[in-house]
Amino acid sequence: MAGTDPTPAVSFLEVSRRFGEVRAVDKVSFDVADGEFFSMLGPSGSGKTTCLRLIAGFEQPSSGHIKVHGVNVEGVPPYERDVNTVFQDYALFPHMSVGQNVEYGLMIRKVPKAERRKRSEEMLALIKLDGMYARKPSQLSGGQRQRVALARALINRPRVLLLDEPLGALDLKLRESMQNELKSIQRQVGITFIYVTHDQGEALSMSDRLAVFNHGRIEQIGSPSEVYDHPSSQFVASFVGQTNLLEGYLAQRLGGFPATYAVRPERIRILAPDAEVPAGMATIDGRIDTVTYLGAASRLEIEVDGGRLMVVEQNLEGGTMSTDRHVGAPVRLVIERRHIQAVAESM
Amino acid sequence: MNEAAALPAMRSPLQRLSSVLYLRPALLLFLLLMPPLLWLGVIYLGSLFTLLAHSFFFLDEFSGVMVREFSLVTWRQFLVNPANWDVVIRSAVMAVSVTLASALIAFPIAYYMVRFAGLKLKAMLYLGVMLPLWSSYLVRVYAWKLILAKEGIVNWFANTLALGWLLEAILDIPDIGGPSLSTSYLGTFIVFTYIWLPFMILPVVAALERVPGSVIEASGDLGANPGQTFRKVILPLAFPGVVAGSIFTFSLTLGDYIIPSIIGKSTPFLGETVYRLQGTAGNIPMAAAFTVVPIVIMGIYLSLAKRLGAFDAL
Repeated sequence: MAGTDPTPAVSFLEVSRRFGEVRAVDKVSFDVADGEFFSMLGPSGSGKTTCLRLIAGFEQPSSGHIKVHGVNVEGVPPYERDVNTVFQDYALFPHMSVGQNVEYGLMIRKVPKAERRKRSEEMLALIKLDGMYARKPSQLSGGQRQRVALARALINRPRVLLLDEPLGALDLKLRESMQNELKSIQRQVGITFIYVTHDQGEALSMSDRLAVFNHGRIEQIGSPSEVYDHPSSQFVASFVGQTNLLEGYLAQRLGGFPATYAVRPERIRILAPDAEVPAGMATIDGRIDTVTYLGAASRLEIEVDGGRLMVVEQNLEGGTMSTDRHVGAPVRLVIERRHIQAVAESM
Repeated sequence: MNEAAALPAMRSPLQRLSSVLYLRPALLLFLLLMPPLLWLGVIYLGSLFTLLAHSFFFLDEFSGVMVREFSLVTWRQFLVNPANWDVVIRSAVMAVSVTLASALIAFPIAYYMVRFAGLKLKAMLYLGVMLPLWSSYLVRVYAWKLILAKEGIVNWFANTLALGWLLEAILDIPDIGGPSLSTSYLGTFIVFTYIWLPFMILPVVAALERVPGSVIEASGDLGANPGQTFRKVILPLAFPGVVAGSIFTFSLTLGDYIIPSIIGKSTPFLGETVYRLQGTAGNIPMAAAFTVVPIVIMGIYLSLAKRLGAFDAL
C-alpha cells in the first residue's frame, strides 16, 4: 500500500535551474511523500514542467539538490533513474505496435519475451485496451494513446511516475473520465504520482497536495482545500478558482484594514435589499449589473460602492431568496467574516 | 421567386470562367495536369521506350548498319560477353560503396543539424550542404582532379606530414589503388561520394526532423542508454530517409559517365559504355541493351526501398 516509506519520494532543496539569464526554477524546495498524488500547478512558463524534467533527469539543476527516495540524483542520467514519465504529446514510438510500446522498458531490461508479453497484456487490461496489442499507435484515438503512454510508464513499476499535462490534448468529457481513471489507477498501483497541469480544476480534484508555481517559485503548497480556502497570495487566490480581490475602500469596508483580501464568489450571499444582516457578517449593498447563466449556477456581477463583486449562486429550484435576479435590481450582500481572507502581495 | 434575378447582373467572361472552374474541380485539375503529363508521357517515357525497343534491333556485321527487325541477337551478344558483365558489376559495386559511404557521412551531419544546431547554425549548414550544387558539376570534378593528382594537395599534404608511405600503401592495394589517387578507383569513389552527398543529407535531415524530441527522451526515460535509443528508436525512424537518399546516390552513381571518365582508371563504367556505344561505336542496339541494365537494377532497388518505407519520408 502507499505511504509506507517515511523517506520522501522526491525532495527538492533550494533547487534552481537557469537558462541563460532566465531563472526557470528559482530556489524551490519541497517534499513529496511516498504514495502521494502531488500536483504542480501554474501558468505556462512558471517552472512546473522544468521541475518535472529535473526529476526525470532531462535537465540538471544549476544549483541545489534533488533526492529521489533519499538518494541524491545529481549527475544520474534519465535511463538510470527509477522514475518514468508520461509525456504531454504521449511520445509513443510510431514504428512499434501498442504492445511493443508498452513492453519497451522491459525489452531494454532484457526481461524474457514470455514474461514481457504477459505483463504487457496485464497492463493493457488495466487501461482497458485488451486486444489492442498488435495495433499501431496511429490507429488509436487520442484518449487511447494517452492510456498506452501511461501503461508504458507503469509497466516498469517505477517508484515515482511523472505526468506532464497528460490530459491537455483531450476534449472535456474525455478529460473528466480520464481524471477519475488516473486517480483510481494511482490508488491501485500505489505509486507516487507527480502531476503537472495548468488546469486548476484538475489539480484540485485529483491531488492529495498541490504546489502553485509562479515565476519559477512556489507560492503555496497544501491540500486542495487549504489552497482554495486559504490562498496565501493574490496570485494563488486568482489562479486557483475565481476570486474577488478587495483593495482600497472595499478592503477597508469589508475586511476592516487597508490590506488586500480575497473572497470566493460562492461565499457571498445575496439577500433582499431590506433583509436583516445576521450577526458576525460583513455586508454591503449594491445592484445587479450582469447575470450570466451557467447551468448549475449563475454568475452575477454586483455593482457596489468602490467596485464590483462577482457572486456565484447555485440555481436551486425555487431559489432560497425572494429577490428577483434581474439587471438593475437592488440587493444586499452578506459574507461571513472568516471567508474574507487577507492575502499577501504577489511577486 | 425568380432564381435568375438572384444572380449578380454584371459578370465578365473571366468571372464566368472562374465560376465554371470553381464548380468543376476535376476540369481544373485536368487542365493543370495536362501539359506536364503530356511532357512526361509522350516526350520522356515515349523516347525511353523507343530506346528500349532499339535493343531488339541489331547491327549488321558487314555493313555496320542497324537492322530494324525484331531479334534477340543484340541481347545474346550482350549476355555472352564477360567484359560487359565486368562493366555492370564494377558500376554496381561502385554505386553500392558510394551509397554506403554517403549514408555513413550524412547521418552524423544530419543528426547534428536537426538535434543540436541552433537556428542560425542550421541555416549555415543547409547553405553549406546546398552551395556546391549551385556551381558547375564539371568545375567541381576538375577541381577534384587537381586535388587528387600526384602533384596535388592531398599528396603534398601527406608528404608534409611524412605520411607519404601511408598514401603509397593505400594506392598499392590492388583493385582500388593506382598510380595516383586521380587515376584510381579510390579517387573515383571519393569524388562520387563528394558530389552526391547532399542528395543523401537532405532526405535524412527531413526524416530526422519528423522524429519528435520527446520520443528520444521517452526512450531514455524508459531505461534505454543512448546507444540503445539510437538503435531502437532513432535509426528505425530515420531509416526511410536513408533509403530515400540512397535512391539518389545509387542511381546517380550507376548512370554517371563524366566522373569516371575524368577521374579513375580507363576501364569503363555503365554510363561511359553507353556513351561510347551510341557515339563513336555507333552501336545503338547495344547501347540500348546497356541502358536497360540500370533501369532493371533500379527497378529492383526501388521495389525493395518501397518495402522499407522509403517513400513515406519524401
